[in-house]
Amino acid sequence: MTLSEFDSFRPSEPARRRRREGKRGPGRRPANGDGSREMPMVPEPEFSSYYGRPVVKPAPWGNDVAAYLFLGGVAAGSALLGLGGQLSGRPTLRRNARLSALAAVSAGAVALVKDLGRPERFLHMLRTFKVTSPMSVGSWILSAFSAGAGVSAVAEIDRMSGSRLPLGPLRSVLRAVEGPAGFEAAVFAGPLAAYTAVLLGDTATPTWNAAHEELPFVFVSSAALASAGLAMVTTPVRETGPARKLAVLGVLGEVVAMKVMKQRMDPVAAEPLHQGKAGAMLKWSERLAVAGGLGTLLGGRHRGAAAASGLALLTASALTRFGVFEAGLASARDPRYTIEPQKTRLAARRAAGITDDAITTGG
Amino acid sequence: MGQLSGPTDPTADAHWEHSHPRKGFFTDTSICIGCKACEVACKEWNHNPQDGNLELLGSSYDNTGALGASTWRHVAFIEQGQDRIVEARESGRALVSLGMPRIGPPATASPAATDLAEADTTPPDTADFRWLMSSDVCKHCTHAGCLDVCPTGALFRTEFGTVVVQDDVCNGCGTCVAGCPFGVIERRADGSVKVATSRNDQHAKHPAVPNAGIAQKCTLCYDRLVADETPACAKACPTTSIKFGDHDDMVETARERVSSLHAQGLTEARLYGANENDGVGGTGSVFLLLDEPEVYGLPPDPRVPTADLPQMYRRAGMAVAGMAAAVAVAFLGGRA
Repeated sequence: MTLSEFDSFRPSEPARRRRREGKRGPGRRPANGDGSREMPMVPEPEFSSYYGRPVVKPAPWGNDVAAYLFLGGVAAGSALLGLGGQLSGRPTLRRNARLSALAAVSAGAVALVKDLGRPERFLHMLRTFKVTSPMSVGSWILSAFSAGAGVSAVAEIDRMSGSRLPLGPLRSVLRAVEGPAGFEAAVFAGPLAAYTAVLLGDTATPTWNAAHEELPFVFVSSAALASAGLAMVTTPVRETGPARKLAVLGVLGEVVAMKVMKQRMDPVAAEPLHQGKAGAMLKWSERLAVAGGLGTLLGGRHRGAAAASGLALLTASALTRFGVFEAGLASARDPRYTIEPQKTRLAARRAAGITDDAITTGG
Repeated sequence: MGQLSGPTDPTADAHWEHSHPRKGFFTDTSICIGCKACEVACKEWNHNPQDGNLELLGSSYDNTGALGASTWRHVAFIEQGQDRIVEARESGRALVSLGMPRIGPPATASPAATDLAEADTTPPDTADFRWLMSSDVCKHCTHAGCLDVCPTGALFRTEFGTVVVQDDVCNGCGTCVAGCPFGVIERRADGSVKVATSRNDQHAKHPAVPNAGIAQKCTLCYDRLVADETPACAKACPTTSIKFGDHDDMVETARERVSSLHAQGLTEARLYGANENDGVGGTGSVFLLLDEPEVYGLPPDPRVPTADLPQMYRRAGMAVAGMAAAVAVAFLGGRA
């Protein structure tokens, strides 16, 4: 709509910054940008930054790494279920869980190597052991886990193929070590599920770093429900009783841990968990986890319902991992998430009388 | 393993047995003229390839944008009006009145630390606007986030207390990129720079991009330091805005400079990185800024993430125990 011929020279309305998507009130009209409506004379309060450019750099990680977060969790939980099946006399659960563990950990390791800047140097990961580097600790955990998961799964493959693998005299060795190997994999399973949370927490990426207290609990719960879901898909219901219980415990753990995490985090740093693609993924992750959990409780003894619930749980876990991953990258791309929480905590420390630990000093 | 946070001597922490003094920069932005000689000298000496596609960023005279894998010195350029200058002067004055405890011997060379409320704040030149120019660089932190989280040992602490990447060891995992609280280190892309077709023949003459896929950052010219030379940027700086020397001397010079600026009424002057009690244990590269750090694209309260690592491992341990317990309950809680 034009009222005078000079209206065309008006500057277009600036896009208003939306703090929280999905919380727009019904009364808010969209700006039509033609300058016909009165523009706000007082600009919205802005934090200062260097031309809106990011302060920290996002990790140069692609979806491969997010996929690894998911697959590593599936592998870890499967190894624990495999050990449970081994010790409690559930041969089908044991077999399927061991095979799942090897498949997931192999795919995950390939994804990790693929994401390196120099994939041919992946063995440099085992060049040293550094406690201060969760990536180094994790590489060793992953290697140790893969050894046990590999041996126990190969034993299953040999048994399934009617002892046709060309193992020769090694077959008796394999039979002797498959039990201990399954146990060894299970020992490293928990650390495998949890170290990725430390890896993300130990970064300057605002949302990941702010989540470091609760993220391990979110990740192990997600691993538990995903691996239990996979077992419910692959294994007949008569052997998946423990998997169903683990699935329900995992859902409870994840929903609670995620809620607590979001509440205890700096509110600004938590925003990316609610917004955009990451927010949508985490919302659907919670819905699917609850649906899968309910399905497990109500219809877990029915093969079809169990498999459907299992699929829902697997999807929920993948969405959790991709959601947390994306939220962190988004928080690194916007300087606001770096600067505002830091200014808040600096001001809080100063208000509490601690004035000697700022990086900026008057002299 | 040395300390994870707090004041320390990083060289001794890294088990260097001889005692080279720690080297560092003092970048005095109050005398920077934004000529970018440091950027050029750095690129030339370190054979750093072209960064980006030579585009104009359209925000200021700074078209470099930020530090990155192939940009190890970056001159920020900020234009400010009078209200912002007044704000900066007030925030600087507030820093002084916080009465921060000084580190080291009591101030003898700072008569200005007296009462700044009475100081003459008439600016020496124009009061209407100002240009801030600041040459940013890797901070070579006492507790370096990048170095702590590097899984291969490619990043190491040199005998000069600086942090350097070994190009032949790094496998480009990218953990250091996320670990740096200042956004300095970056993984170098494969260098498939798109150039205008009119410059295609020129581009064909460019050498292949070295160290693609590997994390890259300022080495404080390690190759020059071992030959007892000044880093290229400091050597090229025409106004001595970039000073290089022993870290202790740099901090002392910085303190003297900030008090002399305060004495002139320029209360907006403040130091960045000169406090060994800060979140990264003090930086090897100290800056004198004329406004809040975030104005220059620097974090206002950086903290090395690894400082919280013991707590993170504890929480992860609890989570692992919880997971094991859940599995045990699932199998032992009677047949469902």
